This record gives sequence, C-alpha cells and structure tokens, in this order.
Amino acid sequence: MTHENLFILKNLSKRFVKGKETISIFDGLDMTIPKGDFLAIMGPSGSGKTTLLNLLGGVDQPTGGEVIFDGERVDSLSESQLTKWRANNIGFIFQFYNLMPMLNAERNVELPLLLTNLSSKERMQRVHTALKLVGLEDRAKHMPSEMSGGQLQRVAIARAVVSDPKLLLCDEPTGDLDRQTADEILQMLQLLNRDFGKTIVMVTHDPAAARYASRTLHLDKGQFVEKEQLMEKSA
Amino acid sequence: MKDLYLVYKNLTRKKMRLFLTSLAIFVAFLIFGAVTALQGALNSGIEMSADNRLVVVHKTNFTNPLPYAYVNKVQNIDGVHQVTHANWFGGYYQEPANQVITMAVDPDTYFDVYSELVVSPEQMAAWKANRAGVMVGERLAKVNNWKVGDQIPISSNIFSKKEGGHTWELKVEGIFGATDPQVDTGYMVFHYKYFMETQSWGGDNVGWLVLTTDDPAINEQVAKAIDETFANSQAETDTSTEKAFNKAFIEQIGNIGLIIFGVVFMAFFTILVVVGNTMVLAIRERTAEIAVLKTLGFSSPRIFRMILAESCLLSFLGGLLGLGAAYLAVDGASEFLARFLPNLVLDGSIALQALGYMLLLGLVTGIVPAISALRLNIISGFSKG
Repeated sequence: MTHENLFILKNLSKRFVKGKETISIFDGLDMTIPKGDFLAIMGPSGSGKTTLLNLLGGVDQPTGGEVIFDGERVDSLSESQLTKWRANNIGFIFQFYNLMPMLNAERNVELPLLLTNLSSKERMQRVHTALKLVGLEDRAKHMPSEMSGGQLQRVAIARAVVSDPKLLLCDEPTGDLDRQTADEILQMLQLLNRDFGKTIVMVTHDPAAARYASRTLHLDKGQFVEKEQLMEKSA
Repeated sequence: MKDLYLVYKNLTRKKMRLFLTSLAIFVAFLIFGAVTALQGALNSGIEMSADNRLVVVHKTNFTNPLPYAYVNKVQNIDGVHQVTHANWFGGYYQEPANQVITMAVDPDTYFDVYSELVVSPEQMAAWKANRAGVMVGERLAKVNNWKVGDQIPISSNIFSKKEGGHTWELKVEGIFGATDPQVDTGYMVFHYKYFMETQSWGGDNVGWLVLTTDDPAINEQVAKAIDETFANSQAETDTSTEKAFNKAFIEQIGNIGLIIFGVVFMAFFTILVVVGNTMVLAIRERTAEIAVLKTLGFSSPRIFRMILAESCLLSFLGGLLGLGAAYLAVDGASEFLARFLPNLVLDGSIALQALGYMLLLGLVTGIVPAISALRLNIISGFSKG
C-alpha cells in the first residue's frame, strides 16, 4: 500500500517540564508532508523549529498526538525500534556537519552503512557513488581537518544519502557557510529532491535558503502560519 | 567486527594520551609479572613440600645443631616412617660470590625421605661407595656445566678442614633430577660422615632432621611427640611440617605475600584511577559524536559495547606489552639468580592471571563512560557537545 503523504502529524503536543514549570512547545499541531516535498520551516528562535525536526526524526518523542510515517505510527515505537527506523528512513544534515574528526571522508560516509548487512566492497561502492554525487570523489581519503566548510557539508550530505533514506532532515544546513557555498549546498539539496525524489525538511533562518524549497512554513509559538511559496526553479 | 575500526580510530585519535595511558598500564603489568614470578619462586619450596614430611630444628634457633643421637631416638617414635638429617656447609665454587648450596647428608636415607628426587641406581651406588663423592642437582650442574666424573673444589665460608684450608675436593658421582620441574634441584649433597671427619670443629651434631610420617593425618601428633621427647633437654626441638618450616624460613625476610600484595595493589589502584579518569574524559569529549552515532541509527547497547571494547583494547595493549617486558626481565634475571631462585619463571598461570586482570581493568575502567553513553539522550548530547 502506498501513501501520498510521507508524514502526517495529528494533534501533536510536546511539553517540557522544567523544575515546577511545564513549558508547552506544541499543543494540537497538525501537519502533512507529501512525498517528494522540499519543505522549509522558518520562524524566530524558540518557535519550536528544532523540536519539530527532532520529533520528525524520531530523536525526540511527542507528549501526545500521532506521528504517522508512510502509513505507520512511529510515535509509539520503543527506543530500539526508533533507532532502527531512523537508520532505515532518515538522513540527517546538521549545521555544524558533525563528522567524526578521526575518520576520513569515505569512512564518515560509510558510517550509516555499518548498520546494514552490506559487504565491505558493496559499502565502498555506495560510498564512492555518494561522494561522486556531491562532487568529492577525489577527496575520499581527506580528513575533516583538511577540508573547507562547504566540503564538510558535502561529505555530511553524502553521509545522509548513502543509505538511500526516504527523508532528509536538515537543521540550518547553510548556517555556517558563506553565501556562495550556501547556494551550492542548497542547489545540491534541490537536485536530491528533484532528480532523486528525496523528501526534504529544512529548518532555516535564512529567507534566501528557504527560497530553494518547494514551500515554506512559518512557525511561531508552536503554530504554523502557512505561506506557500512556489519553488523558484532555476532554468 | 565492523565496529572494530571505529573503536581503533577512537583509541588512537590522541596519540600522546594513548602513549601515556598505555605506559601506565605497561608499568603496572611489568611490576605484576615480575613480582608474581618472584613470589612464585619464593613459594615454590612451600608448594613442593611433601604433606607427610616434618622438619626438626633446635628450639632456640634453627642454626643451632642437634645431637646426632636424636636421629635414632626420632626414628623410634611411633608414626615416624623414615628419618634423615642434614648439615649446612655454606659452600662456594672458586669465588665467595659464586655460592653453591651444599649440604652434608646421610647417603643411606636422604633420597628415601626426598622421594621426589630422581637418580639412577648406578650413580646412587657410585656415590654411596665414594665418601668424597657429591650428588649434584640437575639445575646446579647445568649452571656450572658439571658432569659426572668432574672433580670440583668446593669451599666453605663457615668450616675449615682439619688439614688446613677451606676447600674440599669432591667428585661428581651423580646428578639428580626431580619428578616435577618445580622441585628445586639447584643444590648438592655430600657425605655427612666424610664432612664430620674432615672438618676441624669435629663434634657429633646434625644441623636438622627431616622425617616422613606414616600418614599426613598424624603429623601434628608425631611433631608433638618429638618435641615432648626432647623437652627440658639441652637441645629442645621445634618440629613442624616442611611446608610450615619453609614458609617461616621465607618469611624471615618479611611477609612476602603481604609485600607483594601491597606492591601489586598500589600499582593496580594507580592505573585504575589513571585509566578510569582518562576514559571518562575521553568519552565526555565525544558526547556530541555519540549523539551523532545514535542519530544515525547506532543503538545504545552497540555504543556501550564499543566503549567497553575500547577500554579493554587499551588495557590489553599496555598490559600485553608490560607482561612481555616482564617475561623478558624474568627470563634474563633467572640466569643470574638461578642459584638463589631456581624457580624464577613467568609461567602460563601468571600469564593467564594477568590476562584476567587486563580484562577486568578494561571492564572496570570502561563501565562508567559506557553506561553514560548508554543513557545519553540525543538532544542533551548535542547540547553538551
């Protein structure tokens, strides 16, 4: 059975208890993310962008409501089930790359594949395909300390896509990059969305970055203010 | 196996820290290996003691002699199977520094009481027939390259000869081995009567008596009977099992077991603190990386195992090198100390014990950071990192 929506969030709530105080981040949030979407989420600090990304990525669990991924409820999965689910379905791209400093580019990209039953040879074939996709095949043996910010983010993208996940979650992927490099990274994300059908959810502060997405949702105090944008496709 | 590369890269990411931590473990296991081998060498006499063998010495001090007449008196006590006797000679070969443990014994009974010593009937007969003959232990003969038929001058730093001088010319009539390689064969024995007749002090004394009982169960009863027999005499006796006697002899230089336990305990306590602290710091520095691994789909138990594997690998790296160095040190020292510590050897049981300690050290030092990583929440991991 196929589902048009990759994610459905129903009546989602998330509360944190801090001392005697309970802080509500979301209270009855509804949201759908269609397959193949490239969604940008914008909003002021503290609006709940990163919390939402964590809930979508299964690194945090909601206090209430339902999270349905490709027809399957994931909000009630155990920690170990969520871990497997993440490995099979989600690719993460972080603002500060979060590569392992002691591993070279290809070993960093290989990490998600260590969770599969692929042979060493098969893993390396996939790693090199992913590095080729991000234009860094010739940097496979380079250590993170030997690469620029843009190159590091490309390696991180290669790591995110190497296991062919359905969804890419990007947390301020260009927040640490200059404009030109940021545009290159965003174009790469666009390519992954357009040509490889990856569903992408990107949290950003940068309106210029959001313009690369198919649509943008504005989050404020745990509620969406939807302002759909048409993607400005580059000719 | 796929995680082993990650474990290895994490372990080797800070070379200086790895070197210093391994060095601490190296030193601890070097001390452990060398000191435990030393303890084994000192205790080998105790371990090899026969259950039914008793030693009778002068009650005041075991260096005081006993009257020769005691030999027959002891033989007639109920429960005594066989009695022999020995006198300390204090021998050296060629130079005083080249000490050779030498005793004057009764050739007719000595090897019956020490039944674990093995000698061919021909050599035994030849030795008994030659009053100036000497029976040399296998290890001692090997160290000095002595063979049957060799004439060897053995000097005493205690006794002198009636005819003058301190040197006895003895002929090697036999070389005795043992049923167990742990049994000491680093000494030699010659005829008691020949010794008494040729030494200037004369007298009719023996240094100590050694006897076997009919059954180890009656050891205490026999010992009591012997000491009661000579109570209130000029030479009162103190009878104990050979094991207790050897233990007391060794403990004259201190409670070796306690000293060794103290040294090893301090060494291990120190590395436990050093390595434990290093592991905690190393893993704390990697909090964000652990959070990333969990985000990518590495399960918490898997990360737990990787950290334990890392601490165990560190422990085995330093430990095996330390144990190897201890083996070389003990092996080298055993040649020089063969006369005094014939059983100085780092054997398989010590190595197994050390491997057990390495594993234990790895687990103990890794368990705290491994549990921290196991419990780490991804979100707080990123915020701490």
